[in-house]
Amino acid sequence: MSGIFTKSMARNIFYGGTVFFFLLFLALTFDTERELPSRDNSHNITPAVAAGKHIWETRNCIGCHSLLGEGAYFAPELGNVYVRRGPEFIKAWMQAMPTMAPGRRQMPNFNLTDEELDELVEFLKYTSEINTANWPPNIEG
Amino acid sequence: MQYKSQAVAMPYFIAAIGLFVGQIIFGLIMGMQYVVGDFLFPEIPFNVARMVHTNLLIVWLLFGFMGAAYYMIPEEAETELYSPKLALAMFWIFLVAGAATILGYLLVPYATLAEMTGNDILATMGREFLEQPLVTKIGIVIVALAFLFNITMTSLKGRKTAISMVLLLGLWGLAIFFLFSFYNPVNLVRDKFYWWWVVHLWVEGVWELILGALLAFVLIKVTGVDREVIEKWLYVIITLALVTGIIGTGHHYYWIGAPEYWQWWGSIFSALEPLPFFAMTVFAFNMVNRRRREHPNRAAVLWALGTGVMAFLGAGVWGFLHTLAPVNYYTHGSQITAAHGHMAFYGAYVMVVLTIISYAMPILRGRAANSNKSQVLEMWAFWLMTIAMVFITLFLTAAGILQVWLQRVSDTPMSFMAAQDQVTLFYWMREWAGVMFFIGLLVYVISFFVKGETPPAKA
Repeated sequence: MSGIFTKSMARNIFYGGTVFFFLLFLALTFDTERELPSRDNSHNITPAVAAGKHIWETRNCIGCHSLLGEGAYFAPELGNVYVRRGPEFIKAWMQAMPTMAPGRRQMPNFNLTDEELDELVEFLKYTSEINTANWPPNIEG
Repeated sequence: MQYKSQAVAMPYFIAAIGLFVGQIIFGLIMGMQYVVGDFLFPEIPFNVARMVHTNLLIVWLLFGFMGAAYYMIPEEAETELYSPKLALAMFWIFLVAGAATILGYLLVPYATLAEMTGNDILATMGREFLEQPLVTKIGIVIVALAFLFNITMTSLKGRKTAISMVLLLGLWGLAIFFLFSFYNPVNLVRDKFYWWWVVHLWVEGVWELILGALLAFVLIKVTGVDREVIEKWLYVIITLALVTGIIGTGHHYYWIGAPEYWQWWGSIFSALEPLPFFAMTVFAFNMVNRRRREHPNRAAVLWALGTGVMAFLGAGVWGFLHTLAPVNYYTHGSQITAAHGHMAFYGAYVMVVLTIISYAMPILRGRAANSNKSQVLEMWAFWLMTIAMVFITLFLTAAGILQVWLQRVSDTPMSFMAAQDQVTLFYWMREWAGVMFFIGLLVYVISFFVKGETPPAKA
């Protein structure tokens, strides 16, 4: 870089650019917040959904599964599992864990009560109804 | 070393390397579970191994950043550290809290751990990378504030350089954006949206300032190139990083329920995110080519050059590979993401911390550089780990392409587990590459214990 472009010019561009793009980011965030209610299915958040999210978090489900594509890639996507498998299958599946099939990936049994299983299913139902711009590409997640 | 309080960096560096070893052991366990599903089940389920693997990575990098700051700031400010005692106290608090958290993951069921540690008062746990119990998160904030107070006070009473200002800005940003880890709304979309304010604005935002500052500092020291030139480069690099990276956050907002205009903002800005990394590579090679002295620590120069190249490949090229919305529609949350994550973290953050350790550790131990024998071993470790990481990334990319094809593109899509069975071969190869990485890491550790003739401290 030539002598015309000085360090203080570089510094000013850095601070100016950072402030500008951070403000733009805040503006986009503000607009996102305004648009969210039309997409995030929040009108379907019930106490059961909230309880289900708490169960989802305290069992560290994200440590193996992905949810809307985020999380670990060791086990299936669960953002659309409600649509893929249905409520009864999900509950029966969790109660049948672990399979202990030799050499197969194992899921712990979290010993959830019937009520907790229902809440978790409610959370997964709510999640499956979020407008995700048509992701995942197909039902397999 | 020039200031005796710089010595507090040493325990930070040692802890960083120790935790790094732990991180890789758990990585090998997970790699094994990918191919032998019931390996170590039920003692260490995959999710526990993964928490330990990722949390150890974050914690040891933070140890590395803090050690780097304690080493660099006195030298940049040309004054002793404000309070070496506070720095040492924080070291022990952070180490004990970190170790207790990891033991908690390993020994207590996660739900019980959550109950024991106040998660019912303020639920913050169970989100990727932010799995730490509430008490640990509060501990991180306290340690970070004490650390920032210490280095900010040091800077204020001494010389203020561009490097120290950029480093401080990066570290303050790190602490500030971590506060979003306490925000966990029930609304999943909003939860995810602000979760990225920690994760993305860390690794593709403020951490890049830290990375740039560390690299610039070492390059000044080992090349003897004029500070004005290096600091000008530093500003250009971090300008590119933040101008592309802040709006680039949008590449995480495509499919989580946020408005669809993020597909445009995210694609365009994150397509430019390789630029700062490319500039960094050019910068590192340029400075080394224009060097005004032959620094006896050739290993540190190698790490510095390697950081530029591998950060560009891992964060830049592998990031670009799947960042455009139409591509990401198929690759989102697949092994492609894992491939990128591995090489980006290694190339950018692991390598820059190892660069500063490579440069500073010999000086902290009273010599300008390690013996030739020790450096040769360290350079072996560099190549073993770096080549192993290239292979890990290639194998995961191959697994990812196959997975995406079988599960998402094909006319007759396979279920997740059926597709996983089809890519087992690549998971095996990844695991062997992981073993090679571990061998490289052991060689690295051994290099610290190899003696021989060393140049004196003031070379």
